[in-house]
Amino acid sequence: MSGAHLAVRSIGKRFRGLRAVSDVTFDVPAGAIHALIGPNGAGKTTCFNMIAGVFAPDSGTIALDDRPIAGLRPDQICASGIGRTFQIVKPFMGLTVEDNVTIGALARTRHVPEAREAARRLLRDLGLDDRRAKLAANLTLPDRKRLEVARALATGPRLLLLDEVMAGLRPTETDQMVAFLKDLNARTGITILLIEHVMRAVMALSQHIVVLHHGEKIAEGTPHDVTRDPAVLEVYLGQEDASSPPRSGGGGRRPEGEAT
Amino acid sequence: MSESLWQRLTGDVPRRALLALGGLLLLLLAAPFLLRLAPAGDYWLSLLILVVYFSYIGQAWNIMMGFAGQLSLGHALYLGLGGYVAAALYVNLGIGPWLGVFIAVAAAMLAGGLIGFLGFRFSLAGVYFALLTIAFAEFTRILFDHFTWVGGSGGLFLKVEADGSAFNLQGSPLLFYYVILALAAGAFVLCRFLLTSRLGHYWLAVREDPEAAQAAGIAVLRTKMLAVLISAGLTAVGGVWSAFYYKSLFPEAAFAMGRSIEVTLAPIIGGLGTLFGPILGSALLVGLGDLFTTLAEILANDYGVKAAGLKQIGYGIALLLIVMFRRDGVWPWLARRLGFERRPADDAGEGRP
Ligand SMILES: Nc1ncnc2c1ncn2[C@@H]1O[C@H](COP(=O)(O)OP(=O)(O)OP(=O)(O)O)[C@@H](O)[C@H]1O
Ligand SMILES: [Mg+2]
Repeated sequence: MSGAHLAVRSIGKRFRGLRAVSDVTFDVPAGAIHALIGPNGAGKTTCFNMIAGVFAPDSGTIALDDRPIAGLRPDQICASGIGRTFQIVKPFMGLTVEDNVTIGALARTRHVPEAREAARRLLRDLGLDDRRAKLAANLTLPDRKRLEVARALATGPRLLLLDEVMAGLRPTETDQMVAFLKDLNARTGITILLIEHVMRAVMALSQHIVVLHHGEKIAEGTPHDVTRDPAVLEVYLGQEDASSPPRSGGGGRRPEGEAT
Repeated sequence: MSESLWQRLTGDVPRRALLALGGLLLLLLAAPFLLRLAPAGDYWLSLLILVVYFSYIGQAWNIMMGFAGQLSLGHALYLGLGGYVAAALYVNLGIGPWLGVFIAVAAAMLAGGLIGFLGFRFSLAGVYFALLTIAFAEFTRILFDHFTWVGGSGGLFLKVEADGSAFNLQGSPLLFYYVILALAAGAFVLCRFLLTSRLGHYWLAVREDPEAAQAAGIAVLRTKMLAVLISAGLTAVGGVWSAFYYKSLFPEAAFAMGRSIEVTLAPIIGGLGTLFGPILGSALLVGLGDLFTTLAEILANDYGVKAAGLKQIGYGIALLLIVMFRRDGVWPWLARRLGFERRPADDAGEGRP
């Protein structure tokens, strides 16, 4: 397994007149870890949804290793090598943790015991080993986030889209997740694009950051440059302290308020 | 990585559950002979036939609702269609039911495929999909009322033939009992097999969360279609059996809404998505129905109390109580009591090649 190159060109999406995303272009080279940041409602999840095939972009193109994928169904996108997590986690509530991940792994093999074996390995890696016989409905939110990552990874992606998987994690748990993703990327070369508000994680993981605001790309570059970019600082309400900028200080809704 | 079929089917089932299942099968095989020793044995056999029949079609319906999460309230369509096709082929063309059943199944799968495609393609879910299934069953009922080749509203009748044999599904209740028992046992094993397959896992995923399922690489439309096709086909076989057992068919009854509801009760009472649910549920339903009928008779004959509707009311209240106190059905609760739960995942790995 190795990473794939994602090329997003001028994609746009409207929801009944609301321009959720307009003319956004960026690249994620094979094997890289990039982040997509921006305030609430900036259009980050909408970008993910277009890449993952939940809906087609109104305009623009998306290519994975030069193969156009915009307009394909989510299961076809998954088969072409993109795994995604949901910001509002969507575990298969009535199934065990192990079954959740096994189902993901069945994207790569039709042999159930083999998929189960792969699922167990992933659960071990993500520290969910001791909860694998539990129903997903009985997991805490941090564990559900980890389950979300495990299921996405089980499908064997070459590009992993992570939508706020650190949100709601305690700092030690965040560090564990960061370490896991770093190691995964180093080991397998998988490409990772993450949406994250937890700047501690963004800074620790990503080599390159794309900043969205009101659906438009307002900046991109290295973490160092982006956190000193005047446009970015202005968006984040003039938080001058570049080491803890975007929104780490609160404000705006927390997307983890999801009821389950 | 290959495992025997037996291992696959029984992998994580506790030994005592397997033994109990074997015991149940033996008991059912011997039941007609045991019942012969009892007073009114024929009557008890007729009840047992009903239990097995409802557990069979309940199993078929459960594939759609219990596994794939698609609510069908129109399964009478597949029962009626299956019965009518096989009976009409036999009466009008002399094609025997053992051959006719294949055509009956094909017809029901066609109907199911059409309904499924319309419903799933246009993302009808929950009650809206259920409404579509009802509409198709009703529509077919009206169609058959005017379909003179199969007798129209006057009905279609299978004669009792002097030289009838198992070859044309004619014979004593004993024959029908063993045929439906074989079907129920077969459906049970098939469902277990499906649940341990990739398709079975996909059904559960689609039931739990279609959007997450699709993101995990599952072709949701195809997965739902397979559920409706298999369910419709199996149900049609039950329809053929029922047509030859009762020997008469009327559109009014064959495609009735009430018949569709009847199909759903056993799995709901017993436990949606479980393999024993339809069996246990059907035993409870037939048992309760008989209990209240007997009660009404005793009241009327011995005490002169005419309690019209007692049966329906008692039956209804009993079902209500079960659904209220055992929301997930009786089986999951009973299984826990009997220690029939799956072995915890830790043990399940051992012995797996
Ligand atoms: N399916 C949808 N239908 C209608 N409007 C939508 C839909 N999805 C998103 N939007 C709108 O598009 C805009 C961008 O939303 P999006 O979820 O992409 O933001 P985000 O950057 O992920 O925000 P957050 O940080 O809060 O998750 C918002 O105004 C949102 O209300
Ligand atoms: Mg979002």
